Amino acid sequence: MISLSLNGKTVQLSATPDTPLLWALRDELGYTGTKFGCGIAACGACTVHVDGKPTRACVTTIESVADKQVTTIEAMDSNRIGQALQAAWIRNDVPQCGYCQSGQIMSAAALLARNPRPNDADIDAAMRRNLCRCGTYNRIRAAIKDAAATLSA
Amino acid sequence: MSTNAFPTRRDFLKGSAAATGALVIGFTLPLTSRFAQAAAAATSGAGFAPNAFLRIAANGQVTVICGLSEMGQGVHMGIASLVAEELDADWKSVQLEQAPVDKAYNNPIFGMQATGGSTAIRGHYEPMRKAGAAAREMLVTAAATQWGVDADRCHTQDGRVMGPDGRSAGYGELVAAASKLPVPQNPTLKDPKDFRILGKGLTRIDTPAKVNGSAGFGIDVKVPGLLTAVMVHAPVPGAKIVSVDDAAAKAIPGVKQVVQIPQGVAVLAEGYWTALKGRDALVVKWDDGPLGSLSSESISKLLADATTRPGAVARNEGDASVAVAKTVEAVYEAPYLAHACMEPMNCTAWVRAGEAEVWAPTQGPGPQQGIVAQLTGLPPEKVQVHTTYLGGGFGRRFAADFIIAATLISKAAGVPVKLVYTREDDMRAWFYRPAAVARFTAGLDAAGNPVSFTARIASPALSIAAGFAKELPQGIDEFAIEGIGDMLYAFPNLRVEYAQAEPGIPLWFWRSVGHSQNVYFIEAFIDEVAAAAGKDPVEFRRSLLSKQPRLRGVLDLAAQKAGWGSPLPQGVHRGVAITTCFGSFVAQVAEVSLDANGRPRVHRIVAAVDCGRTVNPDVIHRQVEGAIAYGLSAAMYEKITFRNGRVEQSNFDDYPMLRIDEMPKVEVHIVPSTEAPGGIGEPGLPPATPAVINAVFAATGKQVRTLPV
Repeated sequence: MISLSLNGKTVQLSATPDTPLLWALRDELGYTGTKFGCGIAACGACTVHVDGKPTRACVTTIESVADKQVTTIEAMDSNRIGQALQAAWIRNDVPQCGYCQSGQIMSAAALLARNPRPNDADIDAAMRRNLCRCGTYNRIRAAIKDAAATLSA
Repeated sequence: MSTNAFPTRRDFLKGSAAATGALVIGFTLPLTSRFAQAAAAATSGAGFAPNAFLRIAANGQVTVICGLSEMGQGVHMGIASLVAEELDADWKSVQLEQAPVDKAYNNPIFGMQATGGSTAIRGHYEPMRKAGAAAREMLVTAAATQWGVDADRCHTQDGRVMGPDGRSAGYGELVAAASKLPVPQNPTLKDPKDFRILGKGLTRIDTPAKVNGSAGFGIDVKVPGLLTAVMVHAPVPGAKIVSVDDAAAKAIPGVKQVVQIPQGVAVLAEGYWTALKGRDALVVKWDDGPLGSLSSESISKLLADATTRPGAVARNEGDASVAVAKTVEAVYEAPYLAHACMEPMNCTAWVRAGEAEVWAPTQGPGPQQGIVAQLTGLPPEKVQVHTTYLGGGFGRRFAADFIIAATLISKAAGVPVKLVYTREDDMRAWFYRPAAVARFTAGLDAAGNPVSFTARIASPALSIAAGFAKELPQGIDEFAIEGIGDMLYAFPNLRVEYAQAEPGIPLWFWRSVGHSQNVYFIEAFIDEVAAAAGKDPVEFRRSLLSKQPRLRGVLDLAAQKAGWGSPLPQGVHRGVAITTCFGSFVAQVAEVSLDANGRPRVHRIVAAVDCGRTVNPDVIHRQVEGAIAYGLSAAMYEKITFRNGRVEQSNFDDYPMLRIDEMPKVEVHIVPSTEAPGGIGEPGLPPATPAVINAVFAATGKQVRTLPV
């Protein structure tokens, strides 16, 4: 059994150690907010935080995150940055199909945690590995700036 | 859990009405439970469901029931807005529920329950308003009768009926009385000047669930006893299985079954990761069949050669072979394209004795019900199709391949199965936007005026590939020529031909369909003709559109808003392109510079849109932005190629797509209009590519005739 902290609670996983965190979250624990997009860390749909760092859960084995702090989209309403981002996402009506948006918000949350007032270049650098096929990029950019403004107000 | 609860639609609606509040769409529950709940609650009698599209609970909660699929285009919002407007509902009390399959929810434009072709608002603008208006009339009549006043002296506002003497009643208080009244067949609709919801920019109702991970997509479906299936798919279209060695796969702990179906071999396990490991351990030998030597070079040659021979005549006006002073000729080519929805294709199917259930992110629950019925030998009413949220659609999710495979696997395995395509499976599963080649000739007189135009378009026939037609009427595939065969430019002599050429790759509808390549072809070529005539691209187009006020209107608006003709920063160039499709008119001006490698960098796109009356301007803005991104992504990067019959691309590393740092600023200007609503999911796409290409042409003097750039 592998043990880790998921959204602040200790969980035990019975999956084999080589199982990607993505599939342990989705299939064993039922946390389906984290999405499967590519399986090769090329789209960002599966982004979670491991000890606060944005991490692609599709290529991260559960063995490698044993005893670490894993945070998913399901916990984003319980911290200040997550709340600000979710509110800004709603105000700016960012999502279209919505499938990539968990990963977008997780990447954005990691950005704001280390850079409270990102400029366009900062946003590009932090978000360019999160694909959105619906083309919500300009709304994502606006919502990150909006959230940053509310957090520093 | 009851699995025999298949009430009729009437029962479903009555029951659902009674059970409102307790009825939350739950992706962890099979909907049979929900149907059973609804049926069980049907006897309590509270609530009001005058038609298939809404019900009002005793607590005033309004539920709009939508048969269309939400794939990001905002259709849930649009349908709810139409009903709520005429109902005069309190918007905060409106929720949306996905409909089961029933003829009541057929898309009036398609005659089946399906979403696509930018038809949602066009097809439902009036029917959904009538549904709301009928309910409103009944609630007013109920209140007026209770109060002993004339219904004419009552009015409605925010979910209440207001009487002449200051009395008022909430809709919830009136549902019992209203339920007993006859449903008016021709209710009075509002004058658009009185709209409070339509034409405004209310926040979408599906947004909150899409920012906290709770929105239920197909891939999130859970059913008790569910196994996940991952397949080995045929490597070449038409390939047949020769042998399967599943010993290594079955030896993997957690692998439950290996199932062979005509489409491939599936490994079933508890969870995706184990199923994938099992799939990767399978050894499947295939007979490639006749397409095993197909290559992109051979396809290009087939299409190009077809344009050198006379084709079927789609349009012939005047004499296109008339003598001219100057001739402009060009050959354009566009590649096969994948849809690459962010949610890979998937479907959960549960085939049981005497009944079946399917949970799918599908654009066509109606037709898919019939397909599952055929595959299982069940009558359609014994097949429930539950439509989830779609993680992107773009046409791809109208196809049935993933539903057929999941159904056959569940039928063979005897358990509920969630079939998940890996990204590589999804990328290589065909159903592509067809490749096409267009050969153009335009003739100018000595003064540079356009005199003649001919186009010969070679492409496989999508209408046959998609099963819409068994043979082509007059040899014409409408999808192959749309955007050129029906173009509005007034050349005095004009001829458009279609040359069918069939490489054999399965094809499908891709956002904006034939317009996606044909508007690139024609708009890029028009700039070549304008250049040969020595004319400004906007002025040249205007001169050919004197009888097309709406198309010329968006052209003028885009040119004005973009400052066409005004100075630009050093190295930045403008391009323009226009289209009319899906009942709407769009013009775009792109501002583009070239990097050191000559690759375009798109800074800004200014779009003007005339889509008739608007339902939600914010949704229109977003659909146009998204369509531009989808089009630019294809123009800049995307191309599916073949070697030995096999698709060469596999994932987002070798099929790159547009990212945030390449997304241009987009301005969308909507033309105020009282015309009937047009579509908006697709019309923003076709002009994006040629607007950018024409800016490159302005920069270099050399037109881009093959995509991607």
